[in-house]
Parts: sequence; structure tokens; C-alpha cells
Amino acid sequence: MDSAVFLIEFGAVVLALGLLGRVAVRMRFSAIPLYLLAGLLFGHGGIVPLAGSEDFIEVGAEIGVVLLLLMLGLEYTAGDLVGHLKTHAPAGGVDFVLNALPGAAAALLLGWGPVAAVVLAGVTWVSSSGVIAKVLGDLGRLGNRETPAILSVLVLEDLAMALYLPILTALLAGTGWAVGGLTLAIALTAVGTVLLIAVRYGRVISRFISSDDPEKLLLVVLGLTLLVAGFAQKVQVSAAVGAFLVGIALSGEVAEHTHHLLMPLRDLFAAVFFVFFGLNTDPETIPPVLLPALALAVLTAMTKIATGYWAARRTGIGTRGRWRAGGALVARGEFSIVIAGLATASGIEPALGPLATAYVLLLVVLGPVTARFTEPVAQRVIEWRKQRAAEPVVIDELLAHEAVQAAQD
Amino acid sequence: MTAPRMRTTPLPGIGVQYEITTRRHDTLSVIAHRDGTRTFNVHHDDDPDSCGLSMRLTAAEAMSLTDALLPDHNNPNLLHTSDYGLIAERVSVTGGSYWNGRVLGDTRMRTATGASIVAVMRRAHAIPSPGPDFRLRGGDAVIVVGTREGVDAAHGILERK
Repeated sequence: MDSAVFLIEFGAVVLALGLLGRVAVRMRFSAIPLYLLAGLLFGHGGIVPLAGSEDFIEVGAEIGVVLLLLMLGLEYTAGDLVGHLKTHAPAGGVDFVLNALPGAAAALLLGWGPVAAVVLAGVTWVSSSGVIAKVLGDLGRLGNRETPAILSVLVLEDLAMALYLPILTALLAGTGWAVGGLTLAIALTAVGTVLLIAVRYGRVISRFISSDDPEKLLLVVLGLTLLVAGFAQKVQVSAAVGAFLVGIALSGEVAEHTHHLLMPLRDLFAAVFFVFFGLNTDPETIPPVLLPALALAVLTAMTKIATGYWAARRTGIGTRGRWRAGGALVARGEFSIVIAGLATASGIEPALGPLATAYVLLLVVLGPVTARFTEPVAQRVIEWRKQRAAEPVVIDELLAHEAVQAAQD
Repeated sequence: MTAPRMRTTPLPGIGVQYEITTRRHDTLSVIAHRDGTRTFNVHHDDDPDSCGLSMRLTAAEAMSLTDALLPDHNNPNLLHTSDYGLIAERVSVTGGSYWNGRVLGDTRMRTATGASIVAVMRRAHAIPSPGPDFRLRGGDAVIVVGTREGVDAAHGILERK
């Protein structure tokens, strides 16, 4: 590797990302689609081939996934997760049925076989916590009553990933049922053990790692995470899950500090990861899969809206809040790309990567739009139907009555 | 008076939400973000699930708001020694005050009123026994000790615009 060429190339890529990120901020949406597009432009079949920094970007992408998952784990405490699992399991189940199954069905329809079906199920299943949290903040809806319902779905998805990713890695490795089952048993045991340890001894672990000096803390946490991720990869559990579990095991003050320290690192490497995914996708492969991607995006946008509606109804939210919750959940993002990235690396279906790229590009842009407009549109439709049917809907009547009451108070 | 009921809802990945419904059935909530910022929400009447207003406050802004909300803020009395005829009060120096940027010596406080300035509260800390060349700033709260008349006169001097 010629270091001058490498520095020039990598510097140019990172600089381009920074400039794109500024555009994204100005246009008020997530930078993820722009990073993916940038990746498409560089590299294979793109306008600027990157020969000197390709290897480093690949390694950087690995680290990006590990950091993404570590930070996600830091957001939760084990207690949170266990409590959520108890109360919101039905919402998680509905979410899985409505959103994972269409992906699987699409892969089977395209004739890609069962493993690709499991991959695509994951891609369409998981909403993007990052994009959604940001959109809710931008729309001033963090305080809304439907927000906990939205977040509960996201938490369950993240937790489900801890089981799904090991299954997927086992399937992609093409091991037989016996080895696959063993892998799964190892993964389940690992997840269970970590949750148990984190609930019982989270404080002890955090105290062991805790350090007043940010530099030491950074090195210790980063080293530990990479080490655990590496071992997890070795036993076929997937590096991402290992990192996620480290994040969960850390709690309290250490989690806070680590969060602050690793934020910039995460941002850098996560951006590199999205670029890498784009790099590995030849732009010419996208047009043929655009139609299925679009169909899948529209279908799974609707199923997510239904999921949100249902989850919000379960927690006793009114009609408008239910539509808002549905619209908010549509965005897919980093996780779908992580899953597709695992699949493309193992080289199963060549059209899978382009399809996932197109799909995420569509939904990461569409997600904020549905978050904003699902409720007003649904309200319009309901109003219009009411006028046609001239049959008052009881619940809406009640709400209207309450509103009048409140206005009079 | 009973304390109002505060509902606490964890928002995983965001923070914690504290919600209060007032006696007049208005609902407000504060989200404590993990980075120290706060979101202050007032809920709609016509759609109780959504916010009519949602403001993101920095940690410092949230502190100032909290300060303004404290019930004893408008009761400047800090010291109950009326038996001895001495009182201590807090006098705020506003940004538009005449004394913003002027030194303490210029107030000629002790000469004019017989009251003493024992400390100046600035942001989160107190400066005890400030000297005559201490420069006042908007936002300071001056702690004055003296007789009722003296402290009232001190108010008159310090609240000069």
C-alpha cells in the first residue's frame, strides 16, 4: 500500500462525506442515503476507482459495524430490555409477522432460496432507531404519548437482532443443521448469560472499567469491545452481537462517558461502513432491481404503519396518535445495511446487495416523510369517509366531545 | 397541599419523561435527555397524545427556567432573625440594570444604607465578601444584610435601571 496514495484517497473520501453530511443537515434528513450514494459513485463500476484505500475502508467498515452496535447497546440497560420484553412482547411479534415475512416472501418469489429469504426478512424487518429518534426530535414529538410505543417496538427489534444475527451468520456460513444448531445454542447462551450478568453485576463490571481519565476509558472500552467482537466472530456468533452485548453490560456513568467519547469515532467509522457498502455495489446492478425494491418499500411502509398503529392502540393511544406512531416507524437504515452487508460478504445472491441498497435508499428518504404526513392524510381520509357515510365514528365523537369539554374548562 | 402526581416514563435511547397534570387539567412534561439538555412540552387539548409545544432547552437554559419556577424565588428573605431586627435578602441585578458592568464600590452601599453586601451569587456559585472593586454583571444576585429599612434602601439603589 502506497501511503501517499492511501492518504490522498481516504482523505478525499472522508472530506466528501463531510461535505455531503452538511448537505444532509441543510435538507434536514439523515446522511445515510448520501453516504450510500457516495459509495456507489466511488469504487467498482463507479467514476473514481479506489485502489489504494479499499483494504482500509473494508477494515474500517468492520469497526463501524462494531461501534454502531456497541453504541446501541450502551443506550439500554439490561433491566430496560428484560422489562420491555415482558410488557411489549406482543408488539414485537406483530412487528415481526407484518414486516419480516413480506421480505422473506419477496426473496422466495424472486427465486433466491431460503437463506436469501432470511436475509431479506431481516432487511425489511428492522426500523432505523437512529433515523427515527432524530425525526421525532425534529418534529417535536418526543413528548407525545405515542412515543413510548414507538420506542418499545425499536427496542424489541434491537434485542431480536441479538438472536437474529447469530442465526444469520450460521446460515450464511453454510454450516449444516447440526453445527447451525450448536452455533445458535452458543449464541443464545451468550446472550442470556450477558443479560443475566449485566442485570446482577452490571455495577461491578462498570466499576472495573470505570476511569476518570477519558483517554484510559476510551482505550479500555474500545479494546474490550473489539476483543469480544473478535471472539464472537470466531465462535460464529457475529462480531456485531458481541459488541452489542458489551454495550448492554456497561451501565450507568461508564455508559454515559463512553457514549460521549465514542460518538465521534462511531460517526466516522459508521460513515465509512455505509460508503464501503456502496463501494461493493456496482451502480449498474441497481436499475434492474429498482422495481422490486420499490414494490417492497411501498408494501413494507404500509405494514410498518399498521404495526405502529397496533402498538400504539395497545397502549391506549387515540386514533391520531396511532397514525403518527405508524408513520414514524417506516424508516429503515443502518441495520438493514448491516444485514445485507453480511450477506454480500458471504456472496450468496448477487442481486441482494443492490436490492437492499435501493430499498434502504428509498425508505430512509421516505421514512421522515411518512412520519410527518401519515396522520394528517389518515385524518383527511377518515373525515372524507365520515362525510360520505354520515355515520359518526364513536371514538372520534368521544374525542371531539372531550376536546370541546377541555376547551370549555 | 398535596404534591402533584408525577408520571415517569423511560424513553429507551432518549432519556426519561416526567409528566404532570395540573389541577386545571393541563398536561406538561419534561424530557430529561442524557446529554443534560431538556425538552419542555405542553400537551394539546384537542389531541391529548400530542404536544402543542415542544421546546429543546440547553442545560443552562433549563437551570434558569427551574430557578424562575422555584416558589420561594420571589420571596427574597433568606434569614429569619427578625428578633434582632436584622434581615438578609437577595436582590437581583438584571441585564438592563444601571449596575451591570459597574463596580460594587460605586454603589456606596454601606455609607448610604448601613446594609452590607455579604456575597454575590453568580450562576452556580457564590462569591463571598466581594470587595469594592468587584464588578457586577447582569444575572447576579446580591445578598444584602441589614435592618429592614437598610435592606429596603439597598433594593432602591441596586434596582436602579
